[in-house]
Amino acid sequence: MNTTTPSKLEKILAEGHLAVTSECGPPRSTDLDIVAEKAELIKDHVDAINITDNQTSVVRLCSLASCIRIKQMGLEPVLQMVTRDRNRIAIQSDILGAASFGINNILCLTGDHQQFGDHPSAANVFDLDSTQLIQTVKLMRDEGKLLGGFEMKKRPEMFIGAAANPFADPYEIRVSRLAKKVAAGCQFIQTQCIYNMEKFKDWMKRIRDRGLHEKVAILAGLTPMKNVGMARYMKNRVPGIDVPDDIVERLAAVPKEKQADEGIKICIEQIEELKEEEGIKGFHIMAIEWEEKVPEIVERAGLYPRPNLNGSQN
Amino acid sequence: MVKAKPKPIGEIIDYVKDFDKVLVAGCDGCVTVCEAGGLKEVQVLASSLRLYFNKEGKRKDIEETSLTRQCDREYLEPLLDKIDNYDAVVSLACGVGAQFMAELYKGKPIFPGVDTCFIGSTQERGVWVERCQACGQCIIASTGGICPIARCSKRMLNGPCGGSEKGSCEVSKDTPCGWHLIYERLKELGQLDHFEAPTDPKDWTTSRDGGPRKIVKEDVQP
Ligand code: SF4
Repeated sequence: MNTTTPSKLEKILAEGHLAVTSECGPPRSTDLDIVAEKAELIKDHVDAINITDNQTSVVRLCSLASCIRIKQMGLEPVLQMVTRDRNRIAIQSDILGAASFGINNILCLTGDHQQFGDHPSAANVFDLDSTQLIQTVKLMRDEGKLLGGFEMKKRPEMFIGAAANPFADPYEIRVSRLAKKVAAGCQFIQTQCIYNMEKFKDWMKRIRDRGLHEKVAILAGLTPMKNVGMARYMKNRVPGIDVPDDIVERLAAVPKEKQADEGIKICIEQIEELKEEEGIKGFHIMAIEWEEKVPEIVERAGLYPRPNLNGSQN
Repeated sequence: MVKAKPKPIGEIIDYVKDFDKVLVAGCDGCVTVCEAGGLKEVQVLASSLRLYFNKEGKRKDIEETSLTRQCDREYLEPLLDKIDNYDAVVSLACGVGAQFMAELYKGKPIFPGVDTCFIGSTQERGVWVERCQACGQCIIASTGGICPIARCSKRMLNGPCGGSEKGSCEVSKDTPCGWHLIYERLKELGQLDHFEAPTDPKDWTTSRDGGPRKIVKEDVQP
């Protein structure tokens, strides 16, 4: 498989390895060292690190600065970008800025509504949506053009990703929605965190029926549960997350001090099971404020050591 | 039609407290339909103001009227002769009517008596819902006759976000997900196959982003 960019993530996928990615949330302050410390914890166990973009609409140190920092540590960042806060002028400007620092991966998102965050009275932008952001990056990369038509001399070389949530409604449109993102130019997908394996596998089957798994690399999203409280919270309070009762019950059945271990165990079992699922090209492990557990999960799931790319600068 | 809701009485009292002769002017158009600024609401507001200021021991002249439409010169002009009988006007028309009054009745303080909210329809008596954001370039031909700009909280043009749950939008269980509605409707119409072609970024110059807008229809100009 030919690669379209210098992205290490793209290369790993092209060589047929199961990719492993994870993410770091920047702090609500200027302390960029926090990002570096989190990245340090997981760097040997993942191929690329997503940096979230003001996730849940809470103001944080920007994704771009954090990506630059971890790029300078010799790591592989994935710039997450939401269309909620920036119009097409700011978006393209940030893409050029990121590319100028050698950032080669972008995850195109619309973003949570600002009412969930710490500035609910903010105006939102939504000049583009996630699909149009994908189109924009592709246009910049493949045609060397800005949306306004200007032709640039040096193009951003970005491996283009997006999110998919098989658990949101209406269910039947979720495959079409992915097909649309692929048509727009999306090359990899990181899914919403999976707990309902049955539903996820049904979605994957529909993806395969359409041959979409051959056109886009699907990384299964996983978030280990820290305790039963977290499982209940995600089940009842977080829109678009589907936590089946048996997960809640399984966590509730073990003593409190063992629940974290049980959460990790569930996560590892899921990875083992999904390795067998045709079309799964890797895993995106989102251990929220629990980054130190990522190495253990990766090792116990048999995904360690990570491939060492010959000739790659990283 | 334009939908509005009455401002809290305290806010209006604050506007007019220093004026002796106040005209409360309603509009027989949109704000009458949404029961925010027609003659009936004018009467209620005027009575409440009289009651309040009487209790405060302040003598005020508060008069009532309602005009056919406050957004048309021909209906505002008859008031021009009488306007100097008043020190201030509370307009219960939408923001357009109130502003047009301010434009025409120079030197006269005009206060808004309603908050103008959106362009919408009546869902049932007492419930009005938004349907259009006047983007200036209608796109509902490709979205099953349902506007994603007005009805999706993130005005997405390429389908539902990951927060859509059981037909509700992620912002509130009481808000239908616009894209869920569009999906159902496209299915009904047998037009789901169009859905997978990406919709390009929208040209927002015809929306508020292009600055204050104007329509000129030359064939009807005098
Ligand atoms: S849930 Fe539906 S209406 Fe709400 S933002 Fe997402 S797509 Fe739009």
